[in-house]
Amino acid sequence: MSNLKTLLSGRSRTLVRWEFGLVLLLIATLIFGANESKYFLGWQTFFFAGLNFGEIAIMALPMTLIIITGEIDLSVASMLGLSASLLGYLFIHGWNIWLAMGICLIVGILGGALNGALITILGLPSIAVTIGTLTLYRGIALIVLGSNTAQGFPVSFTKLSLPIAHTHLAWDFAIFIVLALVFGVILHSTALGRSIFAIGLQPETAFFSGIRVKRIKFSLYVVSGLISAFAGLLYTFQQSSSASDTGLGLELNVVAIALFGGISIFGGRGTIIGVVLAVCVFGSLQASLTAINVSAQAQNIVTGCLLLVSVLLPNLTQSFSGTKRKLQRRKVVGTQ
Amino acid sequence: MHPHEAVLKVEHVSKSFGLVQALIDGCVELFPGEAHALLGENGAGKSTLVKILAGIYDVDAGEIILNGVPVEITSPLAARAAGIAVIYQEPTLFPDLSVAENIFMGRQPLSAGRRIDKAEMIRRTKSVFERLGVDISATRKARGLSVADQQIVEIAKAISFDSKIIIMDEPTAALTEVEVARLFEVVKTLRSEGSAIMFISHRLEEVFAMCQRVTIMRDGNFVRTSTIEEISLDEIIFSMVGRDIVSVYSRHNSELGDLILDVKGLTRAGVFKDINFQVHSGEIVALAGLVGAGRTEVARGIFGIDPIDAGEITFKGKKLKSGSPLAAMSAGIGFVPEDRRQQGLVMDMAIDRNVALASIHDLTRLGLIKGGSEKSLATRWASQLQVKFGRFSNPVKTLSGGNQQKVVLAKWLARTPSLLIIDEPTRGIDIGTKSEVHKLLSELVSKGIGILMISSEMPEVLGVADRILVIHEGRLSAEFSRAEATEALIMRAATGQESVVA
Repeated sequence: MSNLKTLLSGRSRTLVRWEFGLVLLLIATLIFGANESKYFLGWQTFFFAGLNFGEIAIMALPMTLIIITGEIDLSVASMLGLSASLLGYLFIHGWNIWLAMGICLIVGILGGALNGALITILGLPSIAVTIGTLTLYRGIALIVLGSNTAQGFPVSFTKLSLPIAHTHLAWDFAIFIVLALVFGVILHSTALGRSIFAIGLQPETAFFSGIRVKRIKFSLYVVSGLISAFAGLLYTFQQSSSASDTGLGLELNVVAIALFGGISIFGGRGTIIGVVLAVCVFGSLQASLTAINVSAQAQNIVTGCLLLVSVLLPNLTQSFSGTKRKLQRRKVVGTQ
Repeated sequence: MHPHEAVLKVEHVSKSFGLVQALIDGCVELFPGEAHALLGENGAGKSTLVKILAGIYDVDAGEIILNGVPVEITSPLAARAAGIAVIYQEPTLFPDLSVAENIFMGRQPLSAGRRIDKAEMIRRTKSVFERLGVDISATRKARGLSVADQQIVEIAKAISFDSKIIIMDEPTAALTEVEVARLFEVVKTLRSEGSAIMFISHRLEEVFAMCQRVTIMRDGNFVRTSTIEEISLDEIIFSMVGRDIVSVYSRHNSELGDLILDVKGLTRAGVFKDINFQVHSGEIVALAGLVGAGRTEVARGIFGIDPIDAGEITFKGKKLKSGSPLAAMSAGIGFVPEDRRQQGLVMDMAIDRNVALASIHDLTRLGLIKGGSEKSLATRWASQLQVKFGRFSNPVKTLSGGNQQKVVLAKWLARTPSLLIIDEPTRGIDIGTKSEVHKLLSELVSKGIGILMISSEMPEVLGVADRILVIHEGRLSAEFSRAEATEALIMRAATGQESVVA
């Protein structure tokens, strides 16, 4: 035990412990699922887990960076819905599909830029701003597509819902893995990544060290908007349809994944690998709960509890050690 | 000599933050009706002790005895209930509420129907002010009150709480002479009413004028308590410093080099006005003045932290873009800020990453940080500055104050700046590290760096600087060479009694 402690007394002991816990949890859910169903460890589980979580997982990557800077973006799912609706609308009205996709991505960039501008230039709190744009972007989606459902997208696109040819890998999961690599390298091995952590931990020091705090935050919101719009396209093609309520409420799942991955809601702490592990745990957990016929509603209870635990646990250990110290002190005073 | 029992007894209290032992053995005794000075250098543990009594920090060990009963002061509310009031150097009033509302915040007198009885509140405020013999309107807003008046409001608040122990943390630092005299009168009134006053100050003349007893601390330890009659100024200084003060400063003689920084007409509305000065390579220029005079703000203006409204900064012959720390950094300016915890370091980040933070862009290849480059940069500077640390991957908050300051210095020196602006270079660090930092500064200038230093410690200003500029209320009020500067001359210029600008 003491050996393990010295081994882990490095840069990020709590994080390493957290990720270690996630790995254990992942193994546990896999064993549990495999016990319940002999098909569990087959490729279908892997494939469908990916398919159910892909968009959420993809949007969790820019969300991770934003939360590490100490901010949040709650408008991601609305941007996904807006992008999906706009794609549907343009496609129904006979636009070239590539052009329509390009416009959706531009709208994503603009939406992210609006968030970023309100937060960095006007200095408004990100939670308030993005709750506002959450409603705004969903409202625009409703105006664009109304109560219609857009369908009939070209098969060459809707086949994104099938696994990648010659593999059992879902497209969105594969895209997530590639993006996770990119985001992981940015966060952990570039000057930008160091700056993001510094901003989240001590924004004033970051500014005093020549880090362009506002510009970085602004860019992260733009990236978040772009990725969310992209997730909207992916979602549409995988469902082969889009409506104005596409992805309603997913922003909470996105935040949940990030927090479960060990990203501190107070900023400054977390790793991309933790988020990837959290995605895997959630996916495998959902699959194993489905394997024992737990309804989707009841699954929400499990995910909700997991989320609470992930937020509570780090705080509990802190206040626990605090109480312990206090008790020890009382004892010392008492024996005098 | 004291017929009554001590109202407050602090016995062997200790407190540490991580590895830093801020308070090792804090002891002090307060009797009703006395003004008691708590003295010590920066970092002696005075503020920690005050914060413990204010209920902000809890103690690691030791006892606080109030009127003979051991107590635990767990929160500011508990401190208030125990009758302890702390008046800070910078009072924190609600600027948009009236003076009376500030005093009775959270416990306003109520009339029938549980409505706030404004008339009663104002009447009571007036009677407290009358008791103190001061003339402040009870109905005016707190915004715009002078620091001195704000302190009086805080004192009035303490009295209205019936606090019997009033702790003042450097109350006179930003006060004019007239205001100090009024404060003394107020303290006299409080004493006659049986309150105990603990007074923290660096101005020893004031201590002699106002206090009956002194307690001296050094490096977190209690040194001695004495009545004011039984101790001399020299004895106090010796007890505070623990050694002959003259030997602390060592100074290489370096040659004055080229002009590097030329500041002309620098103005920021309401903060500082028409500041003109130059810094050459190979010299240390000190900005002296009272807290709040605008010294730090001038430095922030030069480094681009705050925008400036008028004036020009020329650096090595080129006009410096204002309002951009990045521009100042790439031109060759480094800035060691006043507040190490909030502005100098990322406390939860590893030591090596803190050292590399300002030079991180120089450590990349194809956008990626070269493996181990942060560590090797940190290794180089840590050994040069003799930083004592466990391992580089530990967060910088585990270091002592002095070593933290070295990390900030390393962070900027790693960029090999031509001008280093350094705000309070030795605030809150132990005396050993202090002289190391002073030695380092003089080594740096002998290598041709120019240094602009801000310091509130007079011996430091006199001992380290080649030239001393004094700022009073946002204006340059005097300039002295090393040879002509004396503590008295600087203080007079800093308090605006004399203007000697050439």
